[in-house]
Amino acid sequence: MIKEFLKGLVKENPTFVLVLGLCPTLAVSVSVSNGIGMGVAATFVLLGSNTIISLIKNIIPDKIRIPCYIVVIATFVTIAEMMMKAYAPLLDRALGIYVPLIVVNCIVLGRAEAFACKNSVGKSFFDALGMGIGFTLALVLISSLREYLGTGKILGFTLAKGFEPAFIFGMPSGALLVIGLLLGFFNLLKNRES
Amino acid sequence: MNISQFLTIFISAVFIYNVILSRFLGLCSFVAISKETKPALAMSLAVMFVTTMSSILTWLIYRFLLIPFHLEYLSTISFILVIATFVQLVEMVIRKFAPPLYRFFGIYLPLITVNCAVLGVAVLNIDMFFVKGKAIAGSFYYSVFQGICVGLGYTLAMLLMSGIRERLELCNIPKALKDFPLAFIIASIMSLAFMGFNGFKF
Repeated sequence: MIKEFLKGLVKENPTFVLVLGLCPTLAVSVSVSNGIGMGVAATFVLLGSNTIISLIKNIIPDKIRIPCYIVVIATFVTIAEMMMKAYAPLLDRALGIYVPLIVVNCIVLGRAEAFACKNSVGKSFFDALGMGIGFTLALVLISSLREYLGTGKILGFTLAKGFEPAFIFGMPSGALLVIGLLLGFFNLLKNRES
Repeated sequence: MNISQFLTIFISAVFIYNVILSRFLGLCSFVAISKETKPALAMSLAVMFVTTMSSILTWLIYRFLLIPFHLEYLSTISFILVIATFVQLVEMVIRKFAPPLYRFFGIYLPLITVNCAVLGVAVLNIDMFFVKGKAIAGSFYYSVFQGICVGLGYTLAMLLMSGIRERLELCNIPKALKDFPLAFIIASIMSLAFMGFNGFKF
């Protein structure tokens, strides 16, 4: 159980190692608070879908399993969407269309197909928890880099005086640059190890 | 409904808010399939077809099924189901009636189901062309046109990227930056160029 949980954090980090679900990662990482919001929403969906799918894995016919998974995932996304609209309307407006798009986040479907449909409920739950937290951590890393470089602040706090923010990091182009360099950096670490 | 509105949709969907370089939709397929021009083109055409058709279908469903029964909150589920079914159907029809086309599209068609661009267009259309649960004038035509334009934007980014990456094959690249990282850095520079269209107004 612990192993399933820990692997999602670093060794099989969904963003940096598996390179899945990059669309929302790049789009919402403008500020750390958005990043955390997205991470929590995705973790919730992952937990729900992984648990339910591993519960019903024996009932689902093999040929139509993908549509079945999508229905389960979409249900949880809808729940997340409605809760966010009710309790965090500001966050909902900031994340915009990327909340419904969690449905097509490759991480969620990927875990259902690669893990939940073969493993027990408990294992799938911890796998989802690890993956969700790994995704959130990656989002926090990217968004704190982008927010600091783009605005000079993190969560509203100024870290160093006299730092001239580079506006470009708040733009789409900055997001692509940050993720490209981070992926390169992690590749470098991996190459060093082997 | 007027012509300048169509022009605005065209410019903003293809250039200013390019689906890949500015909205980050369909990024996975963008970095995975843009290594060579031919598959990139096949994928782009398939995406353009599906975004157009899904714009039509999801608009009809939202306007005539979800709004009358006050089921707007089911839009995500119904859209993704319709898109998945439609893609499956197209795949079967093409395989039966146009085998050469099927070989051309190959594995790219099923991949489109989980392409964010397709669902993204559907959600965007609903966001932009429905005000307080009512369709604005000409909303159907705008939605379909936006579907086509997003597909065009995808094709443009895909072709530019695959052209660049084909040339990079011959270059000496640092080992750590191979494949994904370099693709993102190139996309970043392309996105910078596309930012030049910002503030374009009619």
